Amino acid sequence: MQGVAKKIQISALRVWYGKKEAIRGISLDVHEHEILAVIGPAQSGKTTLLKVINRTIEFIPRARVEGTVKVDDVNVKDVKNVYQLRRKIGMVFPMPVGLPLSVYDNVAFAPRAAGLRNRSELDGIVERSLRQAALWDEVKDRLKSLGTKLSGGQQQRLTIARALSHEPEILCLDEFSIAIDPVTTMRIEDVLKELRSQMTIILVTNLVHQARRLANRTAFLYNGELIEIDSNAVIFSDSPASRMTYDYVTGSFG
Amino acid sequence: MDYPSKTMKQEPVRGSENLFAQTPFVRRKKRTEWVARSVFLLMALLMVCPLIFIVCYLFYKALPILSLDFLLANPARGMRAGGIWAPFVGTIYLIVISLLVSAPIGVLAAIYLNEYARDNWLTRFINLAVVNLAGVPSIVHALFGLGAFVLFAQMGRSVLAASLTLAIMTLPVIIASTRESLGSVPMAFREACWNVGATRWQTIRQIVLPNSVSGILTGIILQVSRAAGETAPIMFTGAVFYKAIPEGAIFAYGLFDQCMALSMHLFTITTQVPGVPEALPYGIAIVLVGTVLLVNAVSIVFRVAFRSRKKW
Repeated sequence: MQGVAKKIQISALRVWYGKKEAIRGISLDVHEHEILAVIGPAQSGKTTLLKVINRTIEFIPRARVEGTVKVDDVNVKDVKNVYQLRRKIGMVFPMPVGLPLSVYDNVAFAPRAAGLRNRSELDGIVERSLRQAALWDEVKDRLKSLGTKLSGGQQQRLTIARALSHEPEILCLDEFSIAIDPVTTMRIEDVLKELRSQMTIILVTNLVHQARRLANRTAFLYNGELIEIDSNAVIFSDSPASRMTYDYVTGSFG
Repeated sequence: MDYPSKTMKQEPVRGSENLFAQTPFVRRKKRTEWVARSVFLLMALLMVCPLIFIVCYLFYKALPILSLDFLLANPARGMRAGGIWAPFVGTIYLIVISLLVSAPIGVLAAIYLNEYARDNWLTRFINLAVVNLAGVPSIVHALFGLGAFVLFAQMGRSVLAASLTLAIMTLPVIIASTRESLGSVPMAFREACWNVGATRWQTIRQIVLPNSVSGILTGIILQVSRAAGETAPIMFTGAVFYKAIPEGAIFAYGLFDQCMALSMHLFTITTQVPGVPEALPYGIAIVLVGTVLLVNAVSIVFRVAFRSRKKW
């Protein structure tokens, strides 16, 4: 695909957890302003891939990374301010995580960690992020209540608000919908569709139909290897490049 | 089927009236359950008995001598009469100074070990050292204190040397209880913070520490009773049998003075002073035990108060 800006370029990536090889040589590109779905069964390396991009793999003891990952043409390994890199990338986990702070402090945590102290600016950021995460109407009267006391669906939207609070250019979601109800999932999916124009989104999911609904392109990972990556039109058609892709997408295995 | 078919002969038939009737099999199991519970309950009650016995016996024996004067007056007539003010103040000095040293070092070391340390040989070595330090007998601590602080560092026998010896003794337990407290904060919180670009220290300062404070304080408070009760570590390093201080004075000892201490006082009057009224050593013992119970009660209140404010 010529002329498409590449936001993330991964080449020859290999990751080990101790002796176990979790990613065995993956090369793929993520284009700007696209939603890339990453599908595959458990243990295929999807979460590891996300952790490598924002370098949180460094917090896992005995994790070893080889290969290059470039964000905006800069190798993430060479980045001096890794905290700035992490603020460029928003991360959402499978389990909703409300920090044991007030809702306001939950969302203001990231800008404050970056050094922002101005109260009115923080107010603006909190409101904007909560609106973007479709949570503002439900919590605007109780911004002081504890983040851990919200419901699961609200906490997941709080996590998304927190991920959006530092205005990331890349948003990574790791199976964000497995612990929340379908209605909240639908609302968040609408949010993601709106956000695509502002940022690049990587959506790791076990739900093939979710990938089909939301993504422009889909990458199929299996056992640490990239089986196929292509536009949704190809992956979900009757003849993707790999037989395994067809079997997985139609539910024959995994 | 893994139970003997013999007992299934009387299995109730579905649809009949006695669907929930007890078979002999069930009756046997219920009897065994009752026996097991009774044994465990008995053991638990047995555990409480020594404490109750000790407190009651000490109280009964100390009754003749207990009074406010006992606490506030100085020992007199060669320790055979008077009160325990000087040793009481001395013990408090030792507790406070030793905790001032061991609490910060212990907490900061535990934060490093739990939040920063990687799994390499250095970390393993430090962990080994902490565990072994916890197992050193108190008399060995005493000899170390004598050699290192009194002689080598030339502090002489002093409150400082004795406090430092006590500090080394209480350090491992403070480290262990702080680590446990820090470990009770779920990892998910830390990961959430790291992923938005916070440093480890920002995460610790804003999420981990505020939610571990109660456990850390409890661990430190519990070491108070240990520091108050030990005799050996202070015997060679700073505690003396007699030192005159003004009655009712709070700031009676200087850092490099020798001091009296409750545990030392109890030891000497029971072993080395003839003709001491019987109630006197029991009075000192009651004060020591009372301090321990009071301190533990405070830490329990703390823990209960913080648990009700649980944030997740």
